[in-house]
Amino acid sequence: MGMSVLTSDENLPEPGALTPAAAAVQDVATASATPRRPRARALLRRPTFVISAVIVLWWILAAVLWKVVGLDPYSNTGKLLAAPSWSQPFGTDNLGRSVFARTLVGADRALLIGPLGAVMATILGGALGVIAGYFRGIVDTALMRVFDVLVVLPPIIFLIVLVTAFGSGTRALILCIGFVYAPGIARIIRAAVLAEMGKGYVASARLQRESRLRIMALELVPNVWPTMLVQITLSLASAILMTATLSFLGLGAQPPSADWGLQINANMIYLQQQWWTVLFPALAVASLVVSVQLIADNIKEVSRP
Amino acid sequence: MTGATHRSGPVVSVRDLRIGYRTGHGTLQAVKGVSFAVQAGEAYGLVGESGSGKSTAAMALTRYLAPNAELSAGDLSVAGVDVRSLEGRRLRHFRAESLGVVYQEPGLALNPTMAVGEQVAEVFRLAGAGRSEAAQRAHAALERVQLTPAAVIAGRYPHELSGGQQQRVVIAMALAGSPDLLILDEPTTGLDGRVETEIMALIDRLRAELGFATILISHNLPLIAAHCRRIGVLQDGVMVEEGPSERVLRSPRHAYTRSLIAALPDIDARRSRPASGADDTARPVVTVSGVSKDYHRKRALRDVSFTIGRGEVLGIVGESGSGKTTLGRVLAGLTTYDGQVTFDQGGRPGRRRLPQVQVVFQNADLSLNPRRTVRQVLKRSIRLLDGDQTVEQLADSVGIEHELLDRLPGQLSGGQKQRVAIARAFAGNVPLVICDEPTSALDVSIQARIIDLLVELQQRTGVSYLFISHDMAVVRQISHRIGVLYDGELVELKQSDELFESAEHPYSRQLVESALSLRRGWPRGDARAEEPGQVIA
Repeated sequence: MGMSVLTSDENLPEPGALTPAAAAVQDVATASATPRRPRARALLRRPTFVISAVIVLWWILAAVLWKVVGLDPYSNTGKLLAAPSWSQPFGTDNLGRSVFARTLVGADRALLIGPLGAVMATILGGALGVIAGYFRGIVDTALMRVFDVLVVLPPIIFLIVLVTAFGSGTRALILCIGFVYAPGIARIIRAAVLAEMGKGYVASARLQRESRLRIMALELVPNVWPTMLVQITLSLASAILMTATLSFLGLGAQPPSADWGLQINANMIYLQQQWWTVLFPALAVASLVVSVQLIADNIKEVSRP
Repeated sequence: MTGATHRSGPVVSVRDLRIGYRTGHGTLQAVKGVSFAVQAGEAYGLVGESGSGKSTAAMALTRYLAPNAELSAGDLSVAGVDVRSLEGRRLRHFRAESLGVVYQEPGLALNPTMAVGEQVAEVFRLAGAGRSEAAQRAHAALERVQLTPAAVIAGRYPHELSGGQQQRVVIAMALAGSPDLLILDEPTTGLDGRVETEIMALIDRLRAELGFATILISHNLPLIAAHCRRIGVLQDGVMVEEGPSERVLRSPRHAYTRSLIAALPDIDARRSRPASGADDTARPVVTVSGVSKDYHRKRALRDVSFTIGRGEVLGIVGESGSGKTTLGRVLAGLTTYDGQVTFDQGGRPGRRRLPQVQVVFQNADLSLNPRRTVRQVLKRSIRLLDGDQTVEQLADSVGIEHELLDRLPGQLSGGQKQRVAIARAFAGNVPLVICDEPTSALDVSIQARIIDLLVELQQRTGVSYLFISHDMAVVRQISHRIGVLYDGELVELKQSDELFESAEHPYSRQLVESALSLRRGWPRGDARAEEPGQVIA
């Protein structure tokens, strides 16, 4: 039995050889912690992800560059309610403004409030979720009961109340959206953290008297990060739709803003005859929301173990 | 196709079986030309380490393979049916009538939302029996696997049964179609020694009664040898040796078989037992007195008291659910408890209070953070435990090559991961290390090396171990004293040799008995005739 003890490497077949054989027959979870690069590559191989990313990129460019390019969403071109033509690709609205310019410029607002609101929600919800999952016990119960109450409130009605109370300025809207989406994210992150807490690496860190903050930030957060990423994107899509809805209801942006929801609201009465005044902003909202949602779906698929 | 009709040839005939998995980078060969045959009523064993293709080869007989599997064979037939030609309905009928499979994890093989009686009855109903007839036959099936009273057991849900009982239910289901062949894929791996013995005895008895053939797949060589007439040894998808189990074990011809046998923990030898540190019992590292622990009214530990001396290795054995792991968690301070656990501070200078305990967990996959490199893990551990080594020195001391330091745990083998977990526990001078089944998730050959590593580290650093395991052979090898936990009580605590020679409590006797019966006298039946030393040498 005198085999060389310490330095000899385990004579295993290369790691890859283990997985398919075992997985095929035993339904064992195969993925041995997918390294990051393949995940990015896997995303790029999915057509829905690439198309969605291109659409989102397009709207980001529109939001950032419209001033540079010199689009004018506010002045009268001279013709009221003109049909789409070469000079006005999306036609003009009842005040003679270019629908093309207004649709592109509308991305500015949609991509300001939605993303910042979603980031707010994720930071707030993520932090509370990690805390609830880590400490469990009374902290957990207290936080979760509060969240349970907040989660059952219909978001749009909740938002209307908040906006009525705190106003519909950009900053107020971002905070409101962050507040509305945080509880849902917190619940999901808490569940993910609870699953991680059962694993030995957390116990080992605690046994070495690692500080709580470090355990949460360095051990737990990186491991629930894929879940968080999916939640950011999902709430982003939802938040964009929600800002448009608020504007549509007259609670968000005020004229003459090029906000998509506001445009749809203002031009609704022309839908029968001058459809282009409504169709293009509506398509803009739809394309952005659906694309973001699809990106979230793809991330979820790829990071599934 | 059913039962004992014409049986001219073997029940199973496999010739030149090749199975590969298509992956992104070409095809990965899992089974590379394996041939074997099993006669009616014969007990055949396939042994090998993980990745050897033993499960894949056996599961090919059921045609249950991953969608990306490519199969080719000169012959692949069960009960005279060419398995390759079956599709759809005929394949389902074949699976229902010709073979049964018993899996490693009975808990996963049973539906948790359905009473077990119904699950067994379902098999009969699928075969065309009416509701009441199926229920009756299910009761009979449960009685056949000695689950009595069947009427009571039938109404239970899987979580209300023990692991051994669950596995009996799975066996009852596998035998419901009176198959010609029963495939047992590591059927006792999650179970403790005593239950393992019972389950294997049940299978042996049923085989004799009902006349089916069995293919037993395991990494556990002694188990296979004790329960199979012939065995085949697989390495990397190739059958390197085949023959009667007695011959293979006594005079293995292939180097790989010899290394497998050499790696077996030797139940009688004390080769690697660390030098006794029991001289310092006057000042134990830890004193446990009157510790009890309940989980929701279910007793996990009751009034457990013992001490661990400086440099002593205390082994704890017991079946799953006996409270072994809970005891480890109590000592580590990972759970609340009643009673007292006192650590001797050993006159350390009064700096920052350092941890008194580190734990090496069973599952290194879960005990390493998948997002941190080996270097990050070790560096932080040295810092926290106030160690005086560098990361490289620590890596050297546990046999981790330096090029592995910047890898993530997902890129390491099972043995390497466990070495990292061990290194983490030894990053500083912590007086007590709890080893909770540190080798039971590993292959035999790696198991032996990890045990050697633990022994070496113990001798070099003089730490104490609480060594928890269900494997009596491993525990005996490493421990000075062994404690037996039974249903939360410490029923016996003795010097290792003394326990093996004169166990008093009936449960400890059973444990020792099961452990010895596997190692002694191959083949079975003639239990004490052989000196185990001869077999293992």
